[in-house]
Formats: sequence, structure tokens, C-alpha cells
Amino acid sequence: MQIRGKAWKFGDDIDTDAIIPARYLNTSDPFELAKHCMEDADKTFIQKVKKGDIIVAGKNFGCGSSREHAPVAIKYAGVSCVIAKDFARIFFRNAFNIGLLIFESEEASQKINEGDEIEIDIKKGIIKNLTKNEEYKVKPIPEFMQELVAAGGLINYAKQKFSIK
Amino acid sequence: MGMTIGEKILAAKNKKKYVEPGELIIADVDIVLANDITAPLAIKEFKNAGAKKVFDRKKIVLVPDHFTPNKDIKSAEQAKILRDFAYEQKLTHYFEQGQAGIEHVLLPEKGIVVPGDLVIGADSHTCTYGALGAFATGVGSTDVAFAMMTGKAWFKVPSTIKFIYKGKLNKWVYSKDLILFTIGDIGVDGALYKVMEFSGPVIEKLSMDARMTISNMAIEAGGKAGLIEVDDITLKYVKGRAERKWKIFKSDRDAKYEKIIEYDCEKIEPQVAMPHLPENTKPVSKLEKVSIDQSVIGSCTNGRIEDLRIAAKIFKGKNVNSRVRCIILPGTQNVYLQALKEGLVEIFIKSGCVMSPPTCGPCLGGHMGILAKGEVAISTTNRNFVGRMGHPESFVYLASPAVAAASAVAGRIISPEDL
Repeated sequence: MQIRGKAWKFGDDIDTDAIIPARYLNTSDPFELAKHCMEDADKTFIQKVKKGDIIVAGKNFGCGSSREHAPVAIKYAGVSCVIAKDFARIFFRNAFNIGLLIFESEEASQKINEGDEIEIDIKKGIIKNLTKNEEYKVKPIPEFMQELVAAGGLINYAKQKFSIK
Repeated sequence: MGMTIGEKILAAKNKKKYVEPGELIIADVDIVLANDITAPLAIKEFKNAGAKKVFDRKKIVLVPDHFTPNKDIKSAEQAKILRDFAYEQKLTHYFEQGQAGIEHVLLPEKGIVVPGDLVIGADSHTCTYGALGAFATGVGSTDVAFAMMTGKAWFKVPSTIKFIYKGKLNKWVYSKDLILFTIGDIGVDGALYKVMEFSGPVIEKLSMDARMTISNMAIEAGGKAGLIEVDDITLKYVKGRAERKWKIFKSDRDAKYEKIIEYDCEKIEPQVAMPHLPENTKPVSKLEKVSIDQSVIGSCTNGRIEDLRIAAKIFKGKNVNSRVRCIILPGTQNVYLQALKEGLVEIFIKSGCVMSPPTCGPCLGGHMGILAKGEVAISTTNRNFVGRMGHPESFVYLASPAVAAASAVAGRIISPEDL
């Protein structure tokens, strides 16, 4: 599976309040949430982002609240994946649980510039920067997380592995 | 090899003798918690999966506390999803307005969480219960849906950082100052994916209310849990309110820590975390003049009776500055009632504070005290991110109830010492 899209850059410690401000959390409609994706980090992001585009951020992306509305807003805004140096832990598990692709790569986080055309080979774990003609390594995804992704998220995994009453 | 408290609890809940950091396990959970923001998504996933019945109706706790009393029609619809689900599933732990309060003040108070528990909550401040010697951690709504169906959750066993607080607390220094100082020292990702174990002579002397403030903010350093070893103070608190039998886990002498960090508390002054990260800490004495528009005292971090006593002591005989709105948020109905009985509410009202019903309210910019563009608040809550309490161009400073109360009187951020 391959992903291709344009990079949108964000800094360190992008918190879940910046990704989806709490003032919009009186709904859980994913399309409604998506309208405010990244609003308090970049007000114009949602007008600029195109389907398949990629968010590239620094360290500790998604810190703060446990709101799953954050990865949901990103996913339904059409963003194909998030690349960061590393992720806050609740955001990390939420992303896998709901099937938003995320990649940890310090190199990619540093070297990718806004607007660069990025291609990711998920199987090989390689991020290609088509604009700069560079390749970056991705931190391997743990086996269990790969199982989650393959199953299509935690709920499908539950359906496969457990008897649901 | 020895294990830490966190490792021992995870091993026990995975029916194993031993686990080590990095291992991925699927463990049995004792309590599954969600609120009016996170439960609707969890309930939707639960139904999407075709599930009909929760795994155990006594182990699911639903607390509508974020946008309640319902702030608008959409929030009312969200809260209704919880209520309908709770009645449909005959949940024993659904708390309606009037019996409720802020979840992380409520659950320990009601004895729903006990030492040795493994708790997951779709709220990041679930780590509060680490003060009871329970492994408690924030997760997402889908994790809650999975747990409601299976009684289980997946975990990567975290490594542990031990914090030792030595010496004595200075005057006007409280547990809030200790945790702010710690976050300032290690940063908002200083304990990313890790357990923070709080210990030392200073922690051993703290009350349960004070300990919960510390564990509550473990997440602000990226921590997965904020554990404090069970002692006589814990047991005295738990006895008489625990709903279930508890189990005490203690770290082995030869437990392996990723790091051990020691602090001399005599060097710690009252702290303040400046916008827009909890790690931007400074002693209040080193802060330049900051005028405030609002002071918020309460929340899951500092909304317990001891916090209100500290604030009331400062307000007694004084008035809130005429340019400041001061909002008091008792953590639960019970805390409110106790404050009333002790005469604290009268002190607050006479000083010109406004009493809010127990709610998360302004902490997350929900309602009951939202900031306008350019406004500044001092707050005993836990986060000061951009837009956290309202307008994206407003400013939140975090501090203890003592600093927040003194600042409300002065109209600018000051130490109670200078009032």
C-alpha cells in the first residue's frame, strides 16, 4: 500500500486542544469534527488541505487529552497519515485503534519542508521525499499494532478474536 | 528480578508472575470509565460492533461531567446517549447531576476505585487514581468500547521513573507546586509512555487530597500512570468507602527503574506555569507583573475539600479584586456540601467569588467561565494550552489554590506571602 500527498508542517507538542478545540466537542459526528481540524494551530488548514495530504510534526504530537475526536478529525479531514518525531501515548493508541496511519521518524520530521511531495511505502517502511529526492527510515511498527491495522482497527480485531455478546 | 508497583499490577491482571517493560499484553480491567464527551463515541463503536451487553454492568462507570449541567442542545443530546445506555444496560455506576461531580474527584470519594485496581478511562486524567495505588490510565473511546465488550485492554508495559521528594515543604508550597515543579524540570514529554512513581518523606506526609493532585498531572509530563505506594494514609481513606476488596502492591527493593530523580523540597517555592504549556514553570516570585481577569479554583486537579479550605483561608475577610471574576468549582456534590457545613461557601460568597456546580466547565473551555480574546486567567486546573479556557488568544497560568486565591484578591499573580 502506498500513500502520496503534500506535507503540512507543524511544530513540537501539538496538543489535542489545538487539533480539535473542546468548544467543538459537543458532537461526535466525524465530518462535523473534521471541519475544525487543527483550527487552533492553523486556522486556514482545513481550507488548504487536500485529500491524501500528510501532516508532518515535531515531538510529542497529540499530547493532552484522551479525546479520540483528535485522530478522528484528522482522518475525516482527508489526511492520509501523520509523521512525527514521536507521539503522545494516548494519541498513539487512539490512532491505531481507529485506523489512522501514523509514522515515527525523526529524520522525516526534521527534513521534510511544508509543501514537499511525499510518498510512503508502508510495507517497506520507507518515506520518500519526491521534492527533495530523499529517503527516510520509519521506526518499525510493533507486531500487535500491525495486527490491529490489518484487522482494520480495534473493534474489528475484537470481532475476530473475541466472542461478542 | 524485582518489579515496580506498575509492573506488578499489570502482571497480576494478565495472570502472570512477571512482566517487563516493552512487553505487549492484553489485561483484565477492574473499572472502565467514560464521560459525556468520550462515552458517546464508545457507545457508538460498541453498537457498531454488534455488541448487545456489557461484560459486567458493575464495572462500567459513566459520569456526565464535562458539559454538564448541559450547556447547549448538542451537549444535552450527548449526555442523553450516556443516560439511555446506562439504563438500557442497567449500569450500577451512572451518576446523574445531583449525585455526581467531576469524575476523578467522585470515583475515589465513592470507593469505586481501590488499591491494586487496573483502571482505564476515556479521560486523560484517569491517572489521578495512581494516588490510591491503582494502575489507572487514560485511553480513547474505542479502547472503552473494546473493554465494555471484553473486559480487557491492551497495554505496552511501561518502564518506571522514580521521583523522590526530600526535605520539608516551604510555607505556601503545596502538592500542586511539587508537580508543577516536576513537569517544569522534565518537560511535557519527560515521562512519555512511562510510569511516574512518586515517593519520599514529603509524599509520605501528604494527605490523600494532596496526593491526588500530584498523580492527576502525571499525564502533563506524558506519563501513563502516576503511582504512589499504599500506606496508612491511603488505607485510612479507603476503609469505610471501598466497594470491593483491595490489594496492596509495593515496588521491590531490587525493582528496575529507568531513572531515579531526587528533589530537595526546601528549594521549591510556589510555582506558576505560564502559557501555553504546563512545563513553562517559574517560581511566582520570579514572575513579572501579570494582571488577571479571572481566577478558577477547583477541577479534578484541585477541587477537593482541602483545596477549598486553603483558598477560603486566604479569602477570609478579604475581597476579590473588583476587576476579577473568581469561580469556585467544588469537585463533587459531597465536597460542596462539606464546604457549606464548614462555612467555606459563606467566605467565598462574601469575598465575591461565584460558586459553580461541580463540572469540568471552564478547565477545557466548555462553559461556566470562558475567556474572551486577550484575557488572562490564573487557574488551579491542569492545562494551559492555546485556547484551553476559551479564545485562542487568551492566556492561562496554572498554580495552586493558594496562589489562585491570593491573585484573585490582588488582581495580579502574586504569592500568598505578599498579600
